[in-house]
Amino acid sequence: MKLISPLRRSLLAGAVAMVSTLVALPLANAADPLKVGFVYVGPIGDHGWTYRHDQGRLAIEAEFGDAVETTYVESVSEGADAEGVIRKLAATGHDLIFTTSFGYMNPTLKVAKQFPDVKFEHATGYKRADNLATYSARFYEGRAVLGTIAGMMTKSNVIGYIASFPIPEVVRGINAFSIAMRKVNPDAEIKVVWVNTWYDPGKEGDAAKALIDQGADIITQHTDSPAPLQVAEARGVYGFGQASDMSQFAPKAQLTSIIDDWNPYYIERTRAAIEGTWSSIDTWTGIKDGMVGFPAYGESVPADVAAAADVVRDSIVDGSLHPFQGPIKNQAGEIVVAEGEVLSDGDMLGMDWYVEGVQGSLPK
Amino acid sequence: MIRLIKRPEPSRVMVYLAPVIALVLTLLAGLLLFFLLGVPVGEALYAFFVEPISTRYGLAELGVKAAPLILIGAALSLGFRAQVWNIGAEGQLVAGAITGGAVALWFYEVEAWYVLPLMMLAGIAGGMAWASIPALLKTRFNASEILTSLMLTYIAGLLLSLLVHGALRDPDGFNFPESRLFHAAATLPIVLDGTRLHIGFPIAIMFVATLWILLSRTVLGFELQVMGAAPRAGRFAGFRESSVIWFCLLLGGGAAGLAGLFEVAGPIGQLIPVVSPGYGFTAIIVAFLGRLHPVGVLFAGLVMALSYLGGESAQITMNLPKAVTGVFQGLLLFFLLATDVLILYRFGWGRRSLAATHT
Repeated sequence: MKLISPLRRSLLAGAVAMVSTLVALPLANAADPLKVGFVYVGPIGDHGWTYRHDQGRLAIEAEFGDAVETTYVESVSEGADAEGVIRKLAATGHDLIFTTSFGYMNPTLKVAKQFPDVKFEHATGYKRADNLATYSARFYEGRAVLGTIAGMMTKSNVIGYIASFPIPEVVRGINAFSIAMRKVNPDAEIKVVWVNTWYDPGKEGDAAKALIDQGADIITQHTDSPAPLQVAEARGVYGFGQASDMSQFAPKAQLTSIIDDWNPYYIERTRAAIEGTWSSIDTWTGIKDGMVGFPAYGESVPADVAAAADVVRDSIVDGSLHPFQGPIKNQAGEIVVAEGEVLSDGDMLGMDWYVEGVQGSLPK
Repeated sequence: MIRLIKRPEPSRVMVYLAPVIALVLTLLAGLLLFFLLGVPVGEALYAFFVEPISTRYGLAELGVKAAPLILIGAALSLGFRAQVWNIGAEGQLVAGAITGGAVALWFYEVEAWYVLPLMMLAGIAGGMAWASIPALLKTRFNASEILTSLMLTYIAGLLLSLLVHGALRDPDGFNFPESRLFHAAATLPIVLDGTRLHIGFPIAIMFVATLWILLSRTVLGFELQVMGAAPRAGRFAGFRESSVIWFCLLLGGGAAGLAGLFEVAGPIGQLIPVVSPGYGFTAIIVAFLGRLHPVGVLFAGLVMALSYLGGESAQITMNLPKAVTGVFQGLLLFFLLATDVLILYRFGWGRRSLAATHT
């Protein structure tokens, strides 16, 4: 059943979109709509990363109506296929193309060179060109809020962390979580399991079970499916949602979630493209600008924990707290960031070491 | 009661017609599916099967996708004929990508003619080395090559992941798990200007021709077929089972390794954690769809490649979900297996016909 419902939904959406295109056709002749294309790494029905990007696409449609026309291609693997898909979007008259996974970086750059008149936007990468902008969110700010809640609520002092790939983005999340957690609970530790995938409900669920068996009473994940939360719900422990509000899958277990909110960014960039003010920029914003958000706390979160989490969130917004503010110790207990200093963006972007409180060694 | 009764002699014509019938039935089922969904049927079929190859670039893309499928599928079909079940071509592909890619990175920025041939040899050797493990386990300990080759696929994937996170990682890449981009001399020449069609495609076609000759004109080809159809007879004839196993696995491994090298030195241009969308597994379907015949594999590879491109095109032009690709591939397999069953068996009615088969 799980497979059918997203299929049916997207079929329905497709049918609706087609009907509306047909209806809109005579009107659209006045001014050609801006064609916006999206390339997704997972299925829209992942309820996580890709789902949130698709919400952004729908937000563009809602905002601009007939002035835009959007297209998406889902589950595009990050290898040789990506270039073909991106190129095809560019060749079929799309004016603005969002490629929404790190692995699309080099393919996007290649196609951008071949289509200088098309505007490209690549999420989470670091290579830019005159017609290729990059954007990402400071998800680690959200991890600091999650770490605070986990540190206060764990009884076993073991947090299970399901991680995808040992890239700086993921390591940064683990570290931000650990630092915030150890501030409120110096005895808590993080056990990490690497699953080497962004989306594989089976693997993610198995990892969650293994971590709970090893004593974890709170699970968090940097993978896209709700499976770990569902396992947490079934086993009576707590967890966090990833990328979107997943409380529908785990009404008791979900303490809170990090919500990726691309809508304002996508709307702003589409507007810039329509008005002719688009330029290639690098965007990296967080809670303050609304790219990272949270749903209401779960019913299991006590008032004092919620209040402490709110303080962390508000301090990050007003700038009085930086998730990587010294003193920060590495696993060996040596001070890496001195008191009164914060890690630079450059250091955070290349992060390949664990802070104190994370068990095991980073796979390299 | 409907029973399946084994036919004494399957029709030879039907054996070759089956894939065509399966294709036609798939098209009809697709037609019905689109009709029920309320999607304009003609447009959808056009978007799926014609639009992707309506341009020069699209045709080239078909070749890019079909090349690894044909290369691996043709080699596997030989093994399958001899009842050597190499299910782990995907892992051998990855192994070839690793060894070939490592050579490219070792000679980084060495602009010499010998870099690319060396990479190809390394790719073939890597795939063969990976396939030699199940061959050894099979001939020495009689361990099922189905299991060992499949399990080695996951090991190869993790090994690649380990290397791009470590030893082969781009030193200027912010620790992201990918190698440097290969330099010009380590990248495959393009055979059609302005497209991604690389020399892997003509090489795959030459490979098919070679295998065809090998199968139909040489003693070795005869030996393979005999060992598959009647191993006991083969042993009496003095054919050595272990050398057949070694040959089939090394051939499959070498072809898959070369295909892996073609992917990283061609369309991808670097080593990344995942280099194949499952070509090694899809090639198994290609081998059977092509009736385990090299020339059949050539067409089957093109059909499977088209089904991938069609899925992408249907998403872009018709807003159809990606699942359509899977549905079409599933339908194709289903009808192929169904027609195969009917070639080997016929329907019988009631108990009497069942009893009749026992007499």
